[in-house]
Amino acid sequence: MELFTAIFTGTIVAATPLIFAALGELVVEKSGVLNLGIEGMMLMGAALAFWAVTAGYSMPVAILAGALAGAAASLLFGVLALTFLTNQYAAGLALAIFGSGVSAFIGRGFGSDPIEALHGVNIAILSGLPVLGPLLFRFDPLVYLALAMFVAISWFLYRTKAGLILRTVGESPQTSHAIGYPVIRIRYMAVLFGGLMAGLAGAYLSVAYTPLWVENMTAGKGWIALALVVFATWRPLRVLLGAWLFGGMTILQLQGQALGLQVPSELLSALPYLATIVVLVLISRNRQMLALHFPASLAKPFRPAG
Amino acid sequence: MHPRLELRNISKRYPGVVANDDVSLSIQPGEIHAVLGENGAGKSTLMKIIYGAAHADSGEIYCDGNLILAHNPAMSRALGIEMVYQHFALFESVSVVENIALSASSAFNLPSLAEKIRELSLRYGMPIDPHRQVHDLSVGERQRVEIVRCLLQAPKLLILDEPTSVLTPQAVVKLFDTLRQLAAEGCSIVYISHKLDEVQELCDTATVLRNGKVTGTARPKETTSLELARMMVGSKLPEMHVSPAAPSEKPVLEVRDLSAKARDHFGVDLKDVSFNVHGGEIVGLAGVSGNGQAELIALLSGERRHGQGDAIKINGTPAASLRPDERRKLGLAFVPEERLGRGAVPSHTLWENAVLTAHRFGTVRKGLVDRRRAAAFASGIIDRFKVKANGPAATAQSLSGGNLQKYIVGREIALAPKLLLVSQPTWGVDVGASAFIRQTIVDLSRAGTAVFVVSEELDELFEICDRLLVICQGRVSPPLLRTSTDREEIGLLMTGRTMGKDQTGSSSVALQD
Repeated sequence: MELFTAIFTGTIVAATPLIFAALGELVVEKSGVLNLGIEGMMLMGAALAFWAVTAGYSMPVAILAGALAGAAASLLFGVLALTFLTNQYAAGLALAIFGSGVSAFIGRGFGSDPIEALHGVNIAILSGLPVLGPLLFRFDPLVYLALAMFVAISWFLYRTKAGLILRTVGESPQTSHAIGYPVIRIRYMAVLFGGLMAGLAGAYLSVAYTPLWVENMTAGKGWIALALVVFATWRPLRVLLGAWLFGGMTILQLQGQALGLQVPSELLSALPYLATIVVLVLISRNRQMLALHFPASLAKPFRPAG
Repeated sequence: MHPRLELRNISKRYPGVVANDDVSLSIQPGEIHAVLGENGAGKSTLMKIIYGAAHADSGEIYCDGNLILAHNPAMSRALGIEMVYQHFALFESVSVVENIALSASSAFNLPSLAEKIRELSLRYGMPIDPHRQVHDLSVGERQRVEIVRCLLQAPKLLILDEPTSVLTPQAVVKLFDTLRQLAAEGCSIVYISHKLDEVQELCDTATVLRNGKVTGTARPKETTSLELARMMVGSKLPEMHVSPAAPSEKPVLEVRDLSAKARDHFGVDLKDVSFNVHGGEIVGLAGVSGNGQAELIALLSGERRHGQGDAIKINGTPAASLRPDERRKLGLAFVPEERLGRGAVPSHTLWENAVLTAHRFGTVRKGLVDRRRAAAFASGIIDRFKVKANGPAATAQSLSGGNLQKYIVGREIALAPKLLLVSQPTWGVDVGASAFIRQTIVDLSRAGTAVFVVSEELDELFEICDRLLVICQGRVSPPLLRTSTDREEIGLLMTGRTMGKDQTGSSSVALQD
C-alpha cells in the first residue's frame, strides 16, 4: 500500500509541470499560434521563482514571479511572431535557446543548496483521513491548481463564447477578422496565457518538485509538453492523461532504478519520454479526429487585410 | 424619403490598379439592386467598401441619409448592413449554431439561438439543422447558413456576392424566392453578379461596372441582355465556333466500374463509375461540388492510384495503377482546378513552370535543364495563347487568374495530348479569357484530342460539350447528348432525383432544396 501511495502521489506530482505547460500551449495553439519556446519560458520561470525564494520573498510571490517571467518571455515571442510576422518556428526556437541562456545567467550565483520546498496542504479533516488523506489531500497547492486549470480551460474552450472565438481564430483568422474580431489581440492574449502557464510549470520545478537550482533543469519537459499537445490531438482531457502517463513512467523508472534493475539508468531515464510518445502516437492515428481538432491556421502568420 | 444606401464618388486604388473610380449609386428600401460587371471590374472591392471591410480613398457613404464616418464591419452590422460572402465566412470545425453565435450580438445562449435559427430558416423556405457541423454541409446548405445568419440580425440591407455560382438551377430558384420575400418585407438587396439572365430575372435596378467605373445604370427587366452585356464588356462580345464533333472509332479514355473509397471523412465514395471519351469529342461532367468530382479527377490524373489497373484505360492501355508521369507518356495532359499550387508553382517563373510538364519536349537534356529552350517554349505559349505576362521570367503568381489559366491550358495543349483532362477551366476567369480558353479547348478536340471537362458551370458545359455526364453522390449518370437534353434534366440529375433504383434516398450531400 505504501508503495502504491508513493507511486500514485509521485505520478501526480511529476505530471503537474507538464499539465501547466501543455495546457498553456494548447490554448496558444488553439488560437493558431505555434510557440516552440516552452522550454525557454519554463527555465525563465524556474530561475525567477528560485531567485525570489532565495531573496526572501514568500512562496506565493515567488511562484507569481515565475509565472510572470514566463509571460514576459512569451511577450517577446508575441512581438516577433504576431506584430512583426516572423516565422513562428524560428521565433519559438530562438525563445527556447534564449530562455535557456538567460536562466543560466540569472542562476550563476544560486549555488547548489536546496531551498525549503513548497509545503503540502493540510485540510482540516480530509488530510487526516486514513488511506485517502495521504493519497489525495496532502499535495502542495499547485497540484490542485493544475487540476483546476484543466477544468477551467476545458470549460472555457468548449462552453464559453470567448473560447469559441479563440478556437475559430485558430481555424481561420481571415474569417474571424471579417466578422470583426481582433485576431492579433486575441492571439497575444493566448500567447501571454501560454507564457504564464509555462512560467508556472518552471516555478513548480524549482520550488516544489526538485527545490534546488540546476542549469537546464527542465530537462526537455518543455519539448514533451509540446509533443503532448500535438499527440493529444489538441484536446485537454488527452493532454491531462498524457501528462499522467509521463509522470507515471517517470516514477516507475525511478522505482526501478531504486530496486536495482539491471538496465542502464540512462535507458530507464529515457523510458518516460519514449513511452509517452509511443502511446500518444498510437491514439492520434485517427485522421478524422485530427482534422476536426487541428487548428487549421497553426503557425501561419496573419496580417489583417484592408 | 432618403435612400437606404447612397454612395457618392467612391474611389479606391491599390498599387498598380484603380479598383473603383468615382462610383456613385443609390438603393431604395425594398429594392433589389444588381451590381453587374466582369471579374476584376471592381465589384468585390466596392462591396467591401460598403461593408466597411476596406476603406475608400475618397468619397462618401450615406445610410438612411446619415453620413457614415470611421467605417468598419461592426459599424455596418449596427446599421443593419449584412453581407453574404462569395467564399463563405464559416468555420468548418464547429456547428451551425456556434457559427451563427459568433456573429450574433445577442447573449451567448445556444439552445434558444438554435430554436430561432430553425424557425427563421423554415419561414424563409430554407430549412437547416442548427446542430450539424459545417464541414458536413453541402455548399448550398452553407449558403443558407450564411443567409440565415444575416437574417437573424433583421438586416435593412443585404449584400450577396455571386451567390449562385455554386448552386444547382433548382436551388437558385429557391434562393430567388427567398430574396423576393425579403425585399417585399422592406429589406434592400445588393446583388453582385456577372450573370445577365439572373440579374434580369431578379433585380429591379442595376449598376454596371467596367474597369472600376460605372458604365451605366439600367432597369434590367426592361433592358435587353445585349445592351447589358455591351455595358459590361465594352467592345463586341467574343463568339464561339463549335463545329460538329467527329468522334474516333475507339475510345481514348475508358473508365469501367471504377469504385473507390473516399480518402477522408470529407470526401465521397465513387461507385461503379463507367464512361468513355472518344478522340475528337468533348465530354463534360456536371454536378454540385463535393459529389465525387475531386476523387474522380485524382484517380484519372494519377494523383491517386487504383489497385485495379484496367478500371481506367488510356488508348487501350490499363492505366489506373500508373503514376501521373507514366500516364502522361501515354498522351495524357491535365489542367487541375487550383491554378496556384497544383497547376503552377506560384513563386517560380513561367519557364520553370513550363519545364514541369514539358520536360520530354526538349527542355531537359541529359538531366540538365536547357534554359534557352525552356524559355523559348514558354515564350511560344505566351505568344500563341495571348498571355499578358512580363515575359517567360515572370513568376506564376504575378499573373492574373485568367492569364495564368491561359498559360496553363496553353502549356498542356502545347504537349499535343491525346487526352486532355480539364477541371474548372474558367473558374474566376473573366468573360474574354473564358471565351478564349473554351474556344481553344474546342479547337483542340476538333483536331482529334479526347477532352474530359469537369465544371460546375452548366452554361459552360452546354456551350462546349458534345456529351454530358452528371455526378451525384459518387455515381455517374449515363451520357446525355448535349443536343437532346436541357438544364432542367441535368439539374434534376445533379440532385439525384431521377437516378437508377439503386440510388439510396437518404442522400444529403446533394440535396439542395
